[in-house]
Amino acid sequence: MKVKFLLPLLLFIVLVIFLAIGLNRDPQEVPSPLINKPAPAFEIPQLSEAKQSFSPASMKGQVWILNVWASWCVACREEHPVLVELAKSKIAPIIGLDYKDKREDALTMLAMQGNPYLLSAFDADGRVGIDYGVYGVPETYVIDKAGMIRFKHIGPITMNILNQKIYPLISELQKS
Amino acid sequence: MKLILLIALCILSFGSSLAKDAAPLADDPVIEQRLISISEEMRCLVCQNESLSGSRSDLANDLRREIRTLIKEGKSDEQIRNFMVERYGDFVLYRPPVKPITWLLWIGPFIILLIGIVGLLTYLRRRNEAVSNIALSDDDNKRIDALLNNKNEKGAL
Repeated sequence: MKVKFLLPLLLFIVLVIFLAIGLNRDPQEVPSPLINKPAPAFEIPQLSEAKQSFSPASMKGQVWILNVWASWCVACREEHPVLVELAKSKIAPIIGLDYKDKREDALTMLAMQGNPYLLSAFDADGRVGIDYGVYGVPETYVIDKAGMIRFKHIGPITMNILNQKIYPLISELQKS
Repeated sequence: MKLILLIALCILSFGSSLAKDAAPLADDPVIEQRLISISEEMRCLVCQNESLSGSRSDLANDLRREIRTLIKEGKSDEQIRNFMVERYGDFVLYRPPVKPITWLLWIGPFIILLIGIVGLLTYLRRRNEAVSNIALSDDDNKRIDALLNNKNEKGAL
């Protein structure tokens, strides 16, 4: 008899727990189907040297970071100092993918805020971005020696994410 | 003053007669129709409560362009859907596919319905039993008959 009396309360508590979990999740963070899949191949011109091209195949054999950015993206400017910090650590090369940008604007931003990238590929029409499932710049991928995507972060990376996720993951991937 | 107004009106009306009709959205209405039918079933990832066909976001424009190209290449609807899912995951589809992780989503409502039906049936059975357990004695029957007859006589009057 007593249990029956408590049943609505228990159901209510379950409901509240589900709502609390739902409210605390970021709806913008959609799990990427690309994790543990080979990084899509592409070959597009570089940002600073339009005549030279970049292809992910050239990064085979090392762990590297692909960062999708654009000069028009405010969150990218916010993230930029963190990337500069990451580049200083020299833990892994960072390749930029300049997404739907204007060359001059992008180069100006790098000149003003520092250039953490080994090089940036220039994705003028966003076609490469589509292959990587980009929907909100900035996005960051960690790609292993075999060219597999191991980690994806949507939105600006922070020092917290660097220390808790990216650094440990990279050093683990470099061991294998 | 009136003259200036008149001239201005003349110029304005002349200008509007030169204006062109709205340009058609695409050269090929068949492709456009397929594009709409495919993209209506897809979520725009930037503005998640809008369909890909309705969104004006930059990414949605790009993706519609991409789907248009795929249609022109002769890809089937299924292939185009796979193209999108490979890049953006099942989240891009408004109708989640049936697979182990979505089983609960698909059959959950039916399980809840089943629990409801079972609960209702047991409740009704228990109530029926409670009612049928009342046994009437002969005395009771006599009283009932008497009451009913009494009523009938009154009704006849």
